[in-house]
Amino acid sequence: MTEATKYETVIGLEVHVELHTNSKIFCGCSTAFGAPPNTHTCPVCLGHPGVLPVLNRQAVDYAMKAAMALNCEIATESKFDRKNYFYPDSPKAYQISQYDKPIGEKGWIDIEVNGETKRIGITRLHLEEDAGKLTHVDGGYASLVDLNRVGTPLVEIVSEPDIRTPEEAKAYLEKLKAIMQYCEVSDVKMEEGSLRCDANISLRPYGQEKFGTRTELKNMNSFRGVQRGLEYEQWRQADVLDSGGTVVQETLRWDDAKGVTISMRGKEEAHDYRYFPDPDLVKVFIDDEWKSRVRATIPELPDARKARYTSELGLPSYDAGVITSSKKLADFFEESLNYTKDAKAVSNWIMGDLLGYLNANNLEIEDVKITGQGLGEMIGLLEKGTISSKIAKTVFKAMLESGKLPQQIVEEQGLVQISDEGAIKAVVDQIVTNNPQSVEDYKAGKEKAIGFLVGQVMKETKGKANPALVNKLLVERLNQ
Amino acid sequence: MSITIKDVDHVANLARLTLSDEEKTTFADQLNAILKYAEKLNELDTDNVEPTSHVLPITNVLREDETRPSWPIEDVMRNAPDEEDGQFRVPAVLE
Repeated sequence: MTEATKYETVIGLEVHVELHTNSKIFCGCSTAFGAPPNTHTCPVCLGHPGVLPVLNRQAVDYAMKAAMALNCEIATESKFDRKNYFYPDSPKAYQISQYDKPIGEKGWIDIEVNGETKRIGITRLHLEEDAGKLTHVDGGYASLVDLNRVGTPLVEIVSEPDIRTPEEAKAYLEKLKAIMQYCEVSDVKMEEGSLRCDANISLRPYGQEKFGTRTELKNMNSFRGVQRGLEYEQWRQADVLDSGGTVVQETLRWDDAKGVTISMRGKEEAHDYRYFPDPDLVKVFIDDEWKSRVRATIPELPDARKARYTSELGLPSYDAGVITSSKKLADFFEESLNYTKDAKAVSNWIMGDLLGYLNANNLEIEDVKITGQGLGEMIGLLEKGTISSKIAKTVFKAMLESGKLPQQIVEEQGLVQISDEGAIKAVVDQIVTNNPQSVEDYKAGKEKAIGFLVGQVMKETKGKANPALVNKLLVERLNQ
Repeated sequence: MSITIKDVDHVANLARLTLSDEEKTTFADQLNAILKYAEKLNELDTDNVEPTSHVLPITNVLREDETRPSWPIEDVMRNAPDEEDGQFRVPAVLE
């Protein structure tokens, strides 16, 4: 793409994260996902006249915790405002949000792309309520409204326009997700909508200080979708500029199936939200005592863990980055280390067999039954020579599926490695006798033929023979 | 600052109100009168006065994160002009 070298891309992201409180932000309805439509509603979240919202303390604590983890300055005085708009997903015709006094401002996170660390500024983090869910009925004659989600507490995290490539955007989202996950303020499941992302993107000729005209991208339902949507839009805008046109400031919907952005006509009507302080909610003053109480609940964050894994455990930076990108994966890694000292071996199994399996099946670590103890003990059995690395693969697969400990799997399936020279020798003799052609090939200088013979011995012993010993005994036998 | 018919149109549109020409003129006059009245405040020096977002002298009204029973679905739907499968049915909304 030649265009990409001509223009500099400027991206800013707005991320909404649902906070996993038990109850909604302004009423006692449950926030549980997946309930039958409208069964988690009450007069407050239905927007009936005369009701009063009361702020959920936990939502404020979580928002503060998230803001602190993103290195934000925490407000001493915060308040709520009404954002006015008409849409059936909002029964009050306004959303309670924060306008000029957000919970947090001026934060940052570090991302890593192509081995380089880059700091992305966070403009603000504010607290607000989620809207309902609309389903468009077939035939397009009507829309159905489920208000269960109305009032679920959200934080909106707005980045500075510091992001320069779609790849950086993806890295930013992954880091943000990891931090929220470590803080345990949200489930951050994009497929359930507990993390959602809108993007602003514009292009400008290199060297120009003024930003180009931006478009806003919506409906990107996966991190991959965000990257693809931005890549497409980057290309589209460059194409418009190259052909002498001007980019129209508009809101676009990303169509993941078709791989294109589509203008959302009708939303171009200039947004005029007429924010004003919500008279039903009083100000929130956050004193130092409150701040330090919340700060004390922030755990070790991904960057700190990554640094510890590289410096104390000697993991390569890339491996440490991958393992710490998910809290559950990092916890699994540390659990394994209670059962083996070999951090590098644990890391290799995670980076190879575990992530290979999870990625191939589109699963997360919590979806499989293997435990950190299982992996740690299995590495112990390998070290002791009880099992071969080939058997270990079988044991690992069994642990993924059953969650049993390796010792039990080895016993149940009779997988103990055969390291008894006499027993292996007998099989070697048998294989050599049965495969005269391969023996001849080997003696004629085809060294590769030995690989076939080793394979035959392993097959005969159901993979249980100690491979190093098989190799040694075969060579001895063939050179007799 | 004076409110024009165009401003009234804009605000009416945002509030989803359909006004007759006569009403627009009436509201423009009334809104101007209200603003003029409020302009009196400009005579005061408010440089050192904090903006008032709330008149009540209370802050930090918070509740604990405890769930309470929601409404039965029949009650939720009682005021729905139209419904389908426990959901509010509204005219098609296009994105």
